[in-house]
Amino acid sequence: MSIVEITNLTVQYPDVKALDDVSFTVNQGDFLGIIGPNGAGKSTLFDAMLSLNTKYKGTIKFFGEDIRKSKNYLKEIGYVPQKPIFEKNFPATVNDVVRMGLRNESDENKIDEILQQLWIHELSNRRIGELSGGQLQRVFIAKALVNNPKVLILDEPVTGIDQQSIELFYSILRELNSKQKITIIWSSHDLDAVNKLANHVACLNRTLFFHGISEKFFSDDELVKQYSEASMQEHMHHH
Amino acid sequence: MHRALISGIAIAILCSVVGLFLVLRRYSLFGDAIAHSSFGGIALGLLAGVYPLWTAYGVSIVSALIITKIKKKYNISGDASIAVLLSSGIAVGLVIIGLSGGFTIDIFSFLFGSILLVSVDDTVLILALTGIILIVILSLYRQILYSTFNEEQAKVSGIPVEKINYLIIFMAGITVVTSIQLVGVLLISALFVIPNVTAIMYGRGFKQTAIISMSFSVFSVVVGILTSYIFDITPAGTIVLISIGLLGGTMGIKSAGLLSRK
Repeated sequence: MSIVEITNLTVQYPDVKALDDVSFTVNQGDFLGIIGPNGAGKSTLFDAMLSLNTKYKGTIKFFGEDIRKSKNYLKEIGYVPQKPIFEKNFPATVNDVVRMGLRNESDENKIDEILQQLWIHELSNRRIGELSGGQLQRVFIAKALVNNPKVLILDEPVTGIDQQSIELFYSILRELNSKQKITIIWSSHDLDAVNKLANHVACLNRTLFFHGISEKFFSDDELVKQYSEASMQEHMHHH
Repeated sequence: MHRALISGIAIAILCSVVGLFLVLRRYSLFGDAIAHSSFGGIALGLLAGVYPLWTAYGVSIVSALIITKIKKKYNISGDASIAVLLSSGIAVGLVIIGLSGGFTIDIFSFLFGSILLVSVDDTVLILALTGIILIVILSLYRQILYSTFNEEQAKVSGIPVEKINYLIIFMAGITVVTSIQLVGVLLISALFVIPNVTAIMYGRGFKQTAIISMSFSVFSVVVGILTSYIFDITPAGTIVLISIGLLGGTMGIKSAGLLSRK
């Protein structure tokens, strides 16, 4: 069953075309790694998918329904932002933050369950401003998961996090996808990590460079080389 | 005296709860701006011979909503929009007062508060509005908290963030005008901001912080009213000085390293 269908998606900013005629499909149970250099349009793609930006051309369907027509699909999505931005002094505990995500107040036990699953149960009563980057990230994943979403969307979630936390984070993602059958859409610029975790790959550099199963991409040296050169050029261009 | 204490406690609770959301949204001076715009409304009421608080409610809520809309549409920063709202209210008030023949006693009681003179009708109104606003906040608690914490994520979770923002501005408008009788137009933002800034230093979670803030706020108001009654000094100034004292004490405790949340 297809979870997401994106057809001819184009996003034009005043000075640049951030996405140009992008089309792809994500199926139930996919673990899709979206790779691309900085400025490739990954966050632009997510903004459109999450209805944060509605000024796009083309169609985005979730669960077969055009997201311009109904926002109900958001109930089935857990979203983890690139860098969770909040007031450093915000008087909220880990428990408070996860509870914000909880749509149905009667699912109280779900909070404890999810905190335990992500190894942050002991932090439940700590203020969020006191946590490390890795701990904070798990809190935001917990918040995204607390409503049992069908799809988890993560935007480059390992920026500025220590190696040990990254490993733990990857093993959590793997388990969510394989055991709990959650469809994952994850943007990253770490090719190795995508190679290890994802079963599908979409290479984005304003246009869609490749989309398909990850073995096909990573076993094709020519494709990887082309992609690396394209992103290197883009990288040089940016600097 | 009883009426002053009952109304004062209700206003203290209301201001600390609504103020906590404003402080966390970096809207600390918004209360001040609404209060100043309500000055225009009060002057209008006095000129027209209508009960001034009614016109103040109308003018301050409408101007707060308009300025929020303008801020969004023309991308004016928060502090600049507050400055616009603040000065236009005072300007309108001054012109109207000039037209009506100059300052009167009534204007001074609105500028500096007159809680010891609060009537039975006012007390009933204050209690009713406090009750209604607290019920609205409790029933939309998660939505209001989440959109205060992070607007973008709240939107992705399907929360109607814009509607919630307007609701908060609307409730802030009502709270400010309701509180004018306690501390007057000039000192309102003290009730919104000081107990909350103090409580944020103590509290761990959100509810705990809100309860601590309410306690500080109620303490300042009750002690302030009693002290001012005994020594025959102005209640508004006394209340605000007590809450500043609590803030100063908390800062002292914190600097001495005696305050740790872990």
